[in-house]
Amino acid sequence: MDLANLSAHELADQLKSGKVSSVEATSACLQRLEKTAGLGAYLHVDANGAKKQAAEADARRAKKQSAGPLDGVPIALKDIFLTEGLPTTCASRILEGFVAPYDGTAVRKLKEAGTVLLGKLNMDEFAMGSSNEHSGYLPAKNPWDATRVPGGSSGGSAVAVAAGSCFATLGTDTGGSIRQPAALTGIVGLKPTYGRVSRYGVIAFASSLDQVGPMTKDVTDCANMLQAIAGHDPRDSTSSTEKVPSYTETLEKGVQGLKVGVPKEYFIDGMDPEVRASVDAALESYKKLGATLVDVSLPHTDYGIAVYYLVATAEASSNLARFDGVRYGKRVDPGKGLLDMYLETRGKGFGPEVKRRIMLGTYALSAGYYDAYYVKAQKVRTLVAQDFKEAFAKCDVIVTPTTPTPAFKLGENTGDPIKMYLADVFTVAVNLAGLPGLSLPCGFSKSGLPIGMQVLGRPFDEATILRTARAFEREHDFSARRAIS
Amino acid sequence: MSNDIEFEPVIGLEVHAQLSTKTKLFCGCSTAFGAPPNTNVCEVCTGMPGVLPVLNAQAVELAVRAGLGLHCTVHERSQWSRKNYFYPDLPKGYQISQYDKPICTGGKLDIEVDGQTMTVGITRIHMEEDAGKNVHDDLVAGARSYVDFNRSSVPLIEIVSEPDIRSSAQAAAYMKAMRQLLRYLGVCDGNMEEGSLRCDANVSVRPKGTEKFGTRAEIKNINSFRFVQQAIDYEIERQSELIRAGGKVVQETRLWDSQAKSTRSMRSKEEAHDYRYFPEPDLPDLVLRDGFVAEVGKRLPELPSDKLTRYTSKLGLSPYDAKILTEDAEVAAFFDAALATHKNTKSIANWVINEVLRELKGNSVESLKFKGDAIGELVKLIDDSTISGKIAKDVLVELMAHGGSPRAIVDSKGWVQVTDTGAIEPIVDQVLAANAESVEKYKAGKTNVIGFLVGLVMKESKGKANPAMVNELLKKKMGG
Repeated sequence: MDLANLSAHELADQLKSGKVSSVEATSACLQRLEKTAGLGAYLHVDANGAKKQAAEADARRAKKQSAGPLDGVPIALKDIFLTEGLPTTCASRILEGFVAPYDGTAVRKLKEAGTVLLGKLNMDEFAMGSSNEHSGYLPAKNPWDATRVPGGSSGGSAVAVAAGSCFATLGTDTGGSIRQPAALTGIVGLKPTYGRVSRYGVIAFASSLDQVGPMTKDVTDCANMLQAIAGHDPRDSTSSTEKVPSYTETLEKGVQGLKVGVPKEYFIDGMDPEVRASVDAALESYKKLGATLVDVSLPHTDYGIAVYYLVATAEASSNLARFDGVRYGKRVDPGKGLLDMYLETRGKGFGPEVKRRIMLGTYALSAGYYDAYYVKAQKVRTLVAQDFKEAFAKCDVIVTPTTPTPAFKLGENTGDPIKMYLADVFTVAVNLAGLPGLSLPCGFSKSGLPIGMQVLGRPFDEATILRTARAFEREHDFSARRAIS
Repeated sequence: MSNDIEFEPVIGLEVHAQLSTKTKLFCGCSTAFGAPPNTNVCEVCTGMPGVLPVLNAQAVELAVRAGLGLHCTVHERSQWSRKNYFYPDLPKGYQISQYDKPICTGGKLDIEVDGQTMTVGITRIHMEEDAGKNVHDDLVAGARSYVDFNRSSVPLIEIVSEPDIRSSAQAAAYMKAMRQLLRYLGVCDGNMEEGSLRCDANVSVRPKGTEKFGTRAEIKNINSFRFVQQAIDYEIERQSELIRAGGKVVQETRLWDSQAKSTRSMRSKEEAHDYRYFPEPDLPDLVLRDGFVAEVGKRLPELPSDKLTRYTSKLGLSPYDAKILTEDAEVAAFFDAALATHKNTKSIANWVINEVLRELKGNSVESLKFKGDAIGELVKLIDDSTISGKIAKDVLVELMAHGGSPRAIVDSKGWVQVTDTGAIEPIVDQVLAANAESVEKYKAGKTNVIGFLVGLVMKESKGKANPAMVNELLKKKMGG
């Protein structure tokens, strides 16, 4: 059997028993990577570095100094993570040639856990997009159907995990960028509570919404990855000091007696019937497993996209100001003074979607418009958060579809930004409220495309989300299916 | 408008003071002045991708101290905002500052101008990070510009005054009083040459006797007391002339050019930046824990005005002496230390003012090789007759040159005053024998010649004889 088809914890078992080595697992990923190169998952491959780290992991294991369940497991990272000594471009031309001078906190923690870093993964430029078609380099393609998008912005991450060219990865989720591509590629993706994982060393898109999270082949891997990266970081003042529980301890506890909230606003007319049927079936499945279904309401759901595109673009317009050609990355200097250097550098360095969002955000923050747009959006954001607070008074988790449709065709939405933005309609509210949410596969369309469902939880209650997801996964084989074999 | 119309200026000042912290506002880099370019920098203060700010707690304490010293309301909750603009010395493309929820509001500062005391209102104090510094080659072909980020993210407070100031002299007095207070509080070292303290002035003029404010110009880049006065005088004159000539003042930002001694337009209101302030999402609101402000208040040192009152009313110093001693926080601390060693207020004040400060020739007391307690000890040695005042001056010379303790100097030099009659008597006898004429005069009633005789004995004893004792002996011998 091809090692690349194993989940990370299955690999860990084999590493532990000595059946395979980290070097072998790394080679398997590199081979799979070569075989699937056309999917555009990777922006940068560090084969030599990975082989060296794998050999070190094997040496640790030989000396019985292995670090834990992730030691020797080959992973890759979305190119938004700063990785010391490796290119870090955020899939933007403006950072072409930029080599990160330091490791971000999550990256450092994964290195300490012994993971092997294969390389950096494709994404929508600066995490702005829902299809990975806004990459400044190349689009990534869905391994289940290469004419379709893998979702975004963590598209490359989703492809690499789904195609087996790495065992697990981290994405970032600002409005659905982990969960939506996870759903479209049939993998598990978790956006933790805002503040659960440090944002230090992650290129900022929208600081009040961005959160780092695992993208994995199954729920157990997701729990192990979260365990490795969660916790307070003194370098991130917005990271929480809330204690990190053991996610694996409660993973197999099932859903007996759990109240599963079903928000009517997420089961709308016009949504894809196959998506609807799969999620309905999943809800039935939870009932059989001993959970109670509870109707809940999230009345401000309709405002989610509008609020999100004001808050996120406003913050982005400021966060992306540092890419000015002065200190690092691309500089285009026509030699006509400072202003032209700025205009040319940013004009040539940023792609059209990034420019569109910088303009939207700049507008929303401008004198005379600030109160009408930014301030108002923040007020509605509070209402959205309040909706969830009230809903979670009645239930322990909320289950919804992750996306309205399975993966769409490449090019299908690129001409219509609004239609593209609607791909996030079920995911953005969770970011606005700062809550944790996980997407896991809950079915396949007749044409063989994965369908995802979302499990949402209370703040810092990732443990309940994970065990709810695991209870479903145990009864079904959706996570075990592989796009490439 | 008529040519002889008299104008009254309306002035408000924005003082930028660098907080005396060891490290920067949002990272651990040193704030030391004068390091080689880009050596006190890290990924945070150079705005690398992915970095986040972490607030320096010491900076918060200093800002609270400034607020209390200026009688402000210190807010338990304040907020960080981003001020967005592009400039090469601003690495993130925004400055982290405070905007509509600053840490302090509503205070006052008393100043003295021409012997009159007046109060200038303080609108607000907010915290912010400094920018770096652009460095330019001479303007020749192929010239380059460089950026030094050593200053980037150094902590500042901006203290905004009410438009209460009515003359350039008042403005200068305000700056002086502000500098004195901030130095007393240990908030800012007040070093204007190094840019630790600088100010912008908002200046407008209106016909004397009218209420309505004129259109103001903001003058930037003022970094000395002299320039405050010169820049404001220039601006008052410029605006008055403009109006007299039938023109209108336009709202604009002007730059003070200390070489040309004039202000010139930097940007008009139309060109003014839209800074697009919004709350900084990378930092939670700044919330002071319960009791923090009170604790800082308890640790607050004595303020200059309180010290002045204490020196005159409790210590009985003249207002003139008290003012000299309190002008500078370090001099006052030096004097207090001397007084703590020996309680002779008048004499110690004289020694500090007339001897120490004179010898310093404008240098700081910090540069001395000895501390205030040495002066206390010196005066004590005079008061207990161990040395004479004349010898004390020699001891001071030694202190200035080498430091050390006055007692040890006196001992090692063998300068202890001779109070043994047996040792002084032969000298007295010798002086009397050699000056029979003076003795006659004394006996004839011209008793003031005794001073001359005492001087001779002191000279013979190389200053070591106790003058009072010499006096007594002479009188006795001459039958006085």
